[in-house]
Parts: sequence; C-alpha cells; structure tokens
Amino acid sequence: MTKSANDVVITGVGIVTSQGVGAEPHVALLSAVEAPKVRVETERFAPYPVHPLPEIDWSEQIAKRGDQRQMENWQRLGVFAAGLALDDAGLKDNLEACGSMDMIVAAGGGERDINVDSLIVDEALKRNDREQLLNEKLTTELRPTLFLAQLSNLLAGNISIVHKVTGSSRTFMGEEAAGISAMETAFARIKAGQSTHTLVGGAFSAERLDIILLIEAIQGHALGEWHPIWSRKPGNGGGMILGSAGAFLVLESREYAEARGARIYATIDAIEGDRGSREDGRLEARLRDMARPGAELEPQSTVVFSGTSGFHDLARREKVFLETQLAGRPVRAYGGLVGHGIEAQFPVGMAFAALSLGAAAKVPPFDPAEAPMTTPAKTAIVTTIGHARGEGIAVLSAE
Amino acid sequence: MSKAYTDHLGRPIVAVTGMGVITSLGQGVEDNWAALSGGVSGIHKITRFPTEGLSTRISGTVDFIELPAENAVERSYAMARETTLEALAQAGLSGDFNGPLFLAAPPIEPEWSARFELADRAPASERPGDAYNRFLAAMRQKADPVFHEAVLFGSISERLADRFGTRGLPVTLSTACASGATAIQLGVEAIRQGRTDRALTVATDGSVSAEALIRFSLLSALSTQNDPPEKASKPFTKDRDGFVIAEGAATLVLESLEAAIARGARVYGILKGCGEKADLFHRTRSSPDGGPAIATIRAALADAGIDETGIGYINAHGTSTPENDKMEYLSMSAVFGERLPSIPVSSNKSMIGHTLTAAGAVEAVFSIQTMLTGTLPPTINYQNPDPAIVLDVVPNAKRSQQVTAVLSNSFGFGGQNASLVMTAEPV
Repeated sequence: MTKSANDVVITGVGIVTSQGVGAEPHVALLSAVEAPKVRVETERFAPYPVHPLPEIDWSEQIAKRGDQRQMENWQRLGVFAAGLALDDAGLKDNLEACGSMDMIVAAGGGERDINVDSLIVDEALKRNDREQLLNEKLTTELRPTLFLAQLSNLLAGNISIVHKVTGSSRTFMGEEAAGISAMETAFARIKAGQSTHTLVGGAFSAERLDIILLIEAIQGHALGEWHPIWSRKPGNGGGMILGSAGAFLVLESREYAEARGARIYATIDAIEGDRGSREDGRLEARLRDMARPGAELEPQSTVVFSGTSGFHDLARREKVFLETQLAGRPVRAYGGLVGHGIEAQFPVGMAFAALSLGAAAKVPPFDPAEAPMTTPAKTAIVTTIGHARGEGIAVLSAE
Repeated sequence: MSKAYTDHLGRPIVAVTGMGVITSLGQGVEDNWAALSGGVSGIHKITRFPTEGLSTRISGTVDFIELPAENAVERSYAMARETTLEALAQAGLSGDFNGPLFLAAPPIEPEWSARFELADRAPASERPGDAYNRFLAAMRQKADPVFHEAVLFGSISERLADRFGTRGLPVTLSTACASGATAIQLGVEAIRQGRTDRALTVATDGSVSAEALIRFSLLSALSTQNDPPEKASKPFTKDRDGFVIAEGAATLVLESLEAAIARGARVYGILKGCGEKADLFHRTRSSPDGGPAIATIRAALADAGIDETGIGYINAHGTSTPENDKMEYLSMSAVFGERLPSIPVSSNKSMIGHTLTAAGAVEAVFSIQTMLTGTLPPTINYQNPDPAIVLDVVPNAKRSQQVTAVLSNSFGFGGQNASLVMTAEPV
C-alpha cells in the first residue's frame, strides 16, 4: 500500500496480560516457536477459572502512592498500561506532546465494595423496610472515594492526572463494542486530520466477583479446568474464561510520527464496527463486509487475531467464517491464551497485531486447532465479536 | 462542494435540523421552553425513594414517563426514545435514520432491588462478605438474562439503534457532566469526516437513585437547602451550596448544511464549533487557575472560526457549586476580558438542576431555542449575588434580546471539559 501523510500508524504499545507486563514478554511469546503455557487461576473464584494479572509493580507507572490508593485494580491497570504505551512511544514525560494528545478510553466500571453490598443484603433479609435500610447503610458504610473508583470516565481522568495526557478525554462504554468504537473513532479522526496523536485503549479486571456475576447471569463461563478455546464443550459451561488485561496504543498520523522520528510498528489500513441481529446469517454478512479490506491480503503472511469470547455458538460461527472467507490465513484466538477482556478485548488484539508486525513474527499456534505460520507476518486482521452484541474488524500492515 | 456549505476551514457546515427534550419541567421543546423562559423551577421533593435521614431530599427527577419497569436503564431509554421521536418529527425524517448514533448515557449498575431479589433466592450466608458467592450460586441454579441485559452499558444504544435504524456501531459515551456536549461533538466530527451526511446525537440520564444521591452527597457536591426545593439551585449567588441532581434527555439531529438544504429541511441553528481540554489537577476539582476551562472555550471559538467578540450569550455550566461557578467565572473572564459583564450569561440549571450526562445536550437545545425565539432564559433564585462574580446572569426574569451566536459550557468530574459554539446563521 502506498504511504501517505495521514496514514494512521501505531508507535506505542502498552500491554499487560496474564503473560506479562509490557511489549517485551509479549513480543517474545509472539515470536516463539511454541506458544507459552497458559496462566489460569482455578482456585480463587472456583468454579470459575480466570486468567489473573501477572506480578506488577504499580509504582513503575504510577509513581505516587496517593494516586494508586485512589483507584481499584481496573483503573490502576488501565493507567499502568497507558503509561507503558507512552513510554514505548517515547512520549512519556513529554509534556508538550501529552498536553496536546487526544485520548479515547474503552471502559466498564462499577467496581463494587463486596463487603458493603454483603452487609446490606444480609441485613435486608431480616427487614421489611429495605429502602430505609439502604439509606442508613449507604450513608454510613460507603467510602466517598469508592465512587470515583467506580466511575467509568475516571479511568481516563486518572490517566490525565498521572500521565498528563490532556488534549482531550473521551470515555466509550458498552462492553466489547466500546473497545472497537474507541479504535475506530481514533482512526477516523487521525485519518481526517482531526487529531495528530491519540492514546487509545482499555482495561479489564477479571478478578472481581461482581464482573464474574455479570457473565454468570447468562451462564457464560467455562467451568473448572482450562480447555483450548476452539474445543470447549457445552458440558463444561458457557465457554468464556475472563482474563485481566490492559492494552493501550499510541496512534499517530504518519506525518506527526515521522517528524519526531518515531518507531512505527504498523499502519492501520481499516477498522470498522457494526451491530444488529445475528439471525439468519446476518452476523456473517456483516463480518464479510467488514473483512473485505482483508480479503485481498496474501494469505501466508497474514495473521488473524481472533478475539472470540469462547461462547460456543459464536466461536463456531466465527471459525466457519474465518475458514471460508479468510481461508489459508493462520488464526490465533488470543482469548484462549490470555482470556476474554470485554472492553479491552479488541485493544488487546490490536496490540498483539502491532507487536507481531513490528517483529515480523511467525506467531506460534495458541491452540491445537490452529495451523502453524510458515512466513513472517506482513499483514494482520483483528476480529472481535461481542459476547452479547457488536462486532469489529481491523486490518493492519507492517512498515 | 459549494463554498456556501463549507466553513472557514473548508469543512462541511453542520446544521441542527431537529430537536427534542425532556426535563423535570416536562416533555417536549415547546413546554420546556415555556416553563424555562417563564422562570419556572422543576426541582421538587424526592418521592421515588424514602429520603428520611438523607441530607439532600430534593431533585429534578423525571417522574411522568411511563415505564415497563422502574429502573435507570428503562427510564434512560424511554426518555431518549421520546426525545428522538420528537427530534425526528421536527426534522421531517421517518423510516430508517441511516446515519451513526452517538449516545451519552449514564454508567449503569444493577438496581438494589435486583440484588435483593438475588439474595432472596440464593443460599444462606456462611460467612460475612459472601453475598456475591451466593448470587453466583443462584445464577448457576437459574440464569437471569434480564439481569445481564440490564447491566450492559450497550443496552440503551442497542434499543435506540434498532428502533430508529441508525447505521454502524453506535457509540455510548461518558465524559461525566460534559457527556451531552461530547455526543454532539462526535456527531459534528463524523459529518466533517465525510463519513456521513447526518448523525443522531442523544444524551439521556434517568439514573437518580438513593445510591447515586448518597454518593454525590458523600463528595459534598449537592445542595442541602431542601426547603423550599425550587430555591435550592442558585448559580452565581453568595449562598450557593451545591448542585441539585436531576434527570433529562435531549436529541439533536445533525446534518451537513448541504444535505439539509437539498432535502428542503428547516435549519434551526448551526453547530459551528466544538472545543475540549482535559484537566489533570484533581479527580473532583478543577484547576484553580481555570486553565483547562479557558483552553476549552478558546478551542471551541477557534473551531467555530469566530473570536470572543462574536459571542452574544453564554449558556453557562453554572452548577451552583461554590467551586464550579467561581472557576467558570474566572475562565470566562480570562477569555472575554472587560467585555464579560456586558455579555448575558445564564444557567438553565437554576431551574432544571444538573441533568448530569444529559446536561450538555439539553442545554444545547435551549441555546438554539434562545436564538430562535430572541429570548434569554433567566437565572432564577438570584437574590444574593456573589460579589466576586460580576456577571449579567439575566437575573430572575427572561429578557427579550436577539442573539446570533451562543457559547455553551460543560465541565465534568474527572477533568473532562467541552464547549460548543452555536450560531443562528451558517456564516
């Protein structure tokens, strides 16, 4: 593809998954001959397995203890991953660049105080005046600062405070679609000259009973031991294993990146999101439309990072779609390796794609059902099909 | 593209061709405007839940919309649906909308009633703090897809997208109290990108509950002057003591001016410019020097291609908190200088309270209405002016005055700020 000044290029990757902290361990795993062992926590939330956070020294990216204390793990993880991305792009502590940098964050929220909620429902079982009880207990038991740790837009707020990113600050919500829209919007703005450099990404904390409850409300979790994502069985639950993850990218126009001599991982050629009924092949029709820019790419050197949630029906349909419409392109379902990260799912796939292209990696299979790669990756496709709604596909190429 | 349809930077000019609004004052632009310009307050005693023992017992809740179930998702959706129906009717659009949807919606959590129901059907407690383990056991017994759907942030935009036939993946966003303005800004940007000729921008907030009220109370953000309720919100006065939490929704149909004219649509106003700047000072407080707010206003003016002398009226954020009003005055002074006292500045929140997520869009509708009717809505309850804030707040009664360019400010918790510049005419 010919290069132009308003190409949207990736110049910084900040990623944290159960596999490690930062670009380095992830480049290593993407370039290895064999995929690493999965890290799964099966005891702490049994019968629900989750991919846990790796060991993290929060101070590496959140210097002030006071700042760390103002957040719970979901926000901490996002602020940490955002800092990694800025570092990786060489923009950390560049006050001028950060002061004019745009930001779009895909966020969930609502980290509950499990003890306070338990106290209230236990007491409510003994009383008839539940609404009065709520007033009493919430007034006395809620920590004022917890509210701020719960608010969706305060992940972005904390990134502004900790990393001084203040050009603009927008928070998108809505599960997987939030991550897709965040990337799509950042891409469209840079392409149109509305932004020169944007920090975009999301974070998700899986190690929370309130979030596990959200998925169990539709009995969506795979239960018990970990199984490869393409071969999970309905007998073992709904198929999804959540994973704690944070992924942020620094996107720039080529002109802005080249002017400052930035290292470029990859160019984003297209990103599109869509939604609608999934009946009667309409999901496949939308995927086909969105994957069109990827259909022309040379199969052997194109790696497809599938963000499948593991939900049985959706995984089966996506696999059939990939095998027919994008045949011959090696598929890597990264949710099988690091878990499903809801809002962060699409950003994690984008980060994997950028790192693979930057390293010209022959990405090893993550799953026994996946074919080996024989040629280094020159182009990549990222898919995410939301567990309830929304789909997105991105196409990227190496420099 | 003809020059008549592009702005000073050669971008498509964005027109407002339809508006809808709901606040505690009522449903529809006409009723709201009559009440708002008449200086009527929509603030009242809370009846939705018991308020005994709470320090704040008043709000601007919307209690007149019929709902299939009493919860924040249903209420927020119903209000957004109603304002969108109104806006599309005004725009003369029917059938599929065929443009993107940008929705500002409140962060949603399960209702307490849902937690109580789960606890009722869950096994008994075995140790303190195990409620969620019991909830999970209950869900393993019997799934509850209604619970799942009710706590997905994407559920409101999903229903709006289906109902109105919008195109692509809708964006659900939150920039706290600036959300409504951000939704409009995203719509403007999409049209300027050439991705679409029209965008549906919606902001809704029906999330007043005991927990929401208590959370803001714990941050000392709310007025506690409960009696009489309609006097509690008094922006720019010396005795202002916090905002009044409220609900509402607004929809604006945005179209490229060219597309609007081509289909013979009536143009109600022009979305001339948008500006934003984030604050890094503190999680709930804005920079004392007003730097980010100043930058936000200046960015909106620059984007609109007009200088500060072009603004004839300011629809203030004006929350009635001690801090916001002081900081907003400081930042307006920095931008408008000596001319500021001669620019009328009023706060709709003196009458409708702070509609939070919806505020930026609700106030954009009222800003356009101000230009259309040649009437400046008042700031009511302005009995005891803050001597440190020297503004023409259009005190207590509306004023007839034609204005052709309006600035509307929205400054949020978490440091998210957005300003909009709207004009009566394209040039």
